[in-house]
Amino acid sequence: MKKVKLTVDGKEVEADEGKTILEAAKSAGITIPTLCYNEKLAPYGGCRFCTVEISKGGRSRLVVSCVYNVEDGLVVKTATPKVIKVRKMLLELMLASAPVLSELGKQYGIEKPRFRSEVTQCILCGQCVRYCAEVKKANALTFVGRGVNRRVAFVDEVVEKGVCMDCRQCYGVCPTGKIPRETDGAYFEGIKVSDVLAQRRAKKH
Amino acid sequence: MAKLRSPADLEKKRQQILSQRDPNKTCVTICSGTGCHVLGSDKVSEAFVKELSKNGLKGKVDIRRTGCHGFCERGPVVVIFPEEICYLGVKAADVPDVVTKTLVDKQLVERLLYKDTTGKTIAHEGDIPFYKFQSRIVFGNNTRIDPKSIDDYIALGGYSALARALFKMSPEQVLDDVKKSNLRGRGGGGFPAGVKWETTRNAPGDIKYVIVNADEGDPGAFMDRSLLEGNPHSVLEGLIIGAYAIGSHEGFIYVRQEYPLAVENVSIALEQAQKYGLLGKNILGSGFDFDVKIHRGAGAFVSGESSALMTAIEGKVGEPRPKYIRTAVSGVWERPSNLNNVETWATVPLIINRGVDWFTGIGTKGSKGTKIFSLVGKVNNTGLVEVPMGMSLMDIIYKIGGGIRKGKKFKAVQTGGPSGGCLPENLIDLPVDFDELTKVGSMMGSGGMIVMDEDTCMVDIARYFLNFLSDESCGKCVPCRAGIEQMVEILNRICAGQGMPGDIELLEEICETTRDASLCALGQTAPNPVLSTVQYFRDEYKAHIEQKRCPAGVCKALVSFFIQADKCQACQICLKDCPVQAISGAKNIVHIIDQAKCTKCGTCFEVCPQRFSAVVKISGEPVPAAPPAGTEVIRKKGKQE
Repeated sequence: MKKVKLTVDGKEVEADEGKTILEAAKSAGITIPTLCYNEKLAPYGGCRFCTVEISKGGRSRLVVSCVYNVEDGLVVKTATPKVIKVRKMLLELMLASAPVLSELGKQYGIEKPRFRSEVTQCILCGQCVRYCAEVKKANALTFVGRGVNRRVAFVDEVVEKGVCMDCRQCYGVCPTGKIPRETDGAYFEGIKVSDVLAQRRAKKH
Repeated sequence: MAKLRSPADLEKKRQQILSQRDPNKTCVTICSGTGCHVLGSDKVSEAFVKELSKNGLKGKVDIRRTGCHGFCERGPVVVIFPEEICYLGVKAADVPDVVTKTLVDKQLVERLLYKDTTGKTIAHEGDIPFYKFQSRIVFGNNTRIDPKSIDDYIALGGYSALARALFKMSPEQVLDDVKKSNLRGRGGGGFPAGVKWETTRNAPGDIKYVIVNADEGDPGAFMDRSLLEGNPHSVLEGLIIGAYAIGSHEGFIYVRQEYPLAVENVSIALEQAQKYGLLGKNILGSGFDFDVKIHRGAGAFVSGESSALMTAIEGKVGEPRPKYIRTAVSGVWERPSNLNNVETWATVPLIINRGVDWFTGIGTKGSKGTKIFSLVGKVNNTGLVEVPMGMSLMDIIYKIGGGIRKGKKFKAVQTGGPSGGCLPENLIDLPVDFDELTKVGSMMGSGGMIVMDEDTCMVDIARYFLNFLSDESCGKCVPCRAGIEQMVEILNRICAGQGMPGDIELLEEICETTRDASLCALGQTAPNPVLSTVQYFRDEYKAHIEQKRCPAGVCKALVSFFIQADKCQACQICLKDCPVQAISGAKNIVHIIDQAKCTKCGTCFEVCPQRFSAVVKISGEPVPAAPPAGTEVIRKKGKQE
């Protein structure tokens, strides 16, 4: 495997060609914060939280480190003021619908987000959906809706076949704990997802 | 029909078509583009068939139903060749007159002609200012061909560029010409097409794809639609030439399902080209094979983004990919895929036939050729216009567009679709090209151009476009999904009179992250409507927030209507027309608007007779106390009804 040399936060890092900046940094002991990243899954680039600043040939720009592949001579800075500003805003935007992340928010100096949104406690990182599809190959979870209406939902037709009963691995990948909190005790006691959804709808009204 | 097996066969075919056509024979062309279709061109066409046979002209006069002529504002458009007499707003009831007066007696039907501002009529299409100042090199043939007839296209020299490319040029030479022509992508980004072609050509892999992006989704834009509907073979010819240069043998036309006529016409075009041997195996006997499939889009705006479009072609949900590798290298099924917009492809045959020098002679230093714009909004002549790059906004809006409706004042022009920007009056002399528009915070986009007058609220406009984008964002990445959501929230509250100090700065803060951190171009450009209106119309934002005033009088929460007691003549028109019965009064009794009931629809303001002008719209100031109920009208002397 061809090796590539790059600099991350001033440190010389050698990485295999084809690795991402995030992986290269990790191997050099440099932590880049992530939310939608999962090493078992294909890079997704949804939360943009692992944004870093790269420069090559005098031009610098922001890229997400979980997707961008290492290049020879690349200079990566993982915590420039610009990067921190972006991460802080992203976190503040996510906190509007997922206040459960408030501890992380505090680490970035956000005491009270300036935004309001419907509280879903889901940041749509898609780890549950992707884990179920890519690792379990069950496809019991999916995204529905577009834009602000995007949600994660169980696919009733798949769930009804019983694939979820002994699995529950999506619980572990959920960074906000929404899936275990809202699914367990309801669905997995033998109640259909569609019933849970119907109950939830009834509650709302 | 035997397949054409050589360029000589094609030329023979063309001569054969021409020999059956008399250039001096009268031909009535009826625009059947979507605009004119909606305005009743079908009935006009039927009426012509009937009237021609009634007057014994059947067979002596041809009828041709063509694609969009562009002057949609005044449709249905009928042009009579060879004289090029242009009749506008033709109804079926006008047809007997046109047939007996113009076709039989060779006289003009004055009432259907274009009238300029002085009332002078203009008979020839090319003399009408709307057409006169255009350079319709790509769009012009729309008026001359029946899009369902490949023979019409061949008669005008169609597919000769393909023959030239296949037999007189190597793929490298074709590529070189497109590069030298500096043809830039007409779909949005303005990326040099030749460079993109070269990337796909040089990318490793045996299977490569070429794709037509006809997923036009900008509100108010219909250039690609009209081109694909009106001249599908020009797009197809460009695509085949591109495939030859790139080394691709399979292509896709991604067209929106919401464009049924485009789907129909392009399907017919593929079938005909196939039959003529212009598509499929061994095209024109050259040994080059190329096939095209149509992929119908399911209505997502974001699918116009190249990687999302390619994901959709693969049969998955049309969402952009996060990869930093170009689709030109890794696109459909991870194979090199060259995607260009409809207009870009349709320009290619012109470059091949008329040469690089001709093409680079049109336009500006960095933007060559012409661009089709969809000129809409508060302008007199709305429609599709094709102008050389570098024409000023002023010339497009005033010379071609005929200025602002109802003599109102120009306020702004929005270019580039929902992710474009709003440009103010002091930029009206700006030459329109890719770089100039980007410099001032807007963009060329696919060519939307929405003209706004003094009655437009710029905060409301930003809100409109952001609302559109919040619906159309795929929702995958946070800065786009949540960023746009919060921008809409803030714009909503500003328009509702609940804006807070610091809101403008907060908007700018979100914009920065959405622009810098979003996954695809939709998110990266989504802040443009906000940023450009904040940049050029900051005072208007401030008025909304600080004085709770909407200077244009648009934002309902910030305007009020009242009736001036000394002017009201108690005509009872507003009283009867008010949809919520908020107006009280009676004959001879001054009318009063109940502010609590009023929904601010503005009907009273519209219907109050101009000679009274008793209804007043205000914003940012308190409503004056109403006169006591039962106050009698002060009659205007001599103006009593």
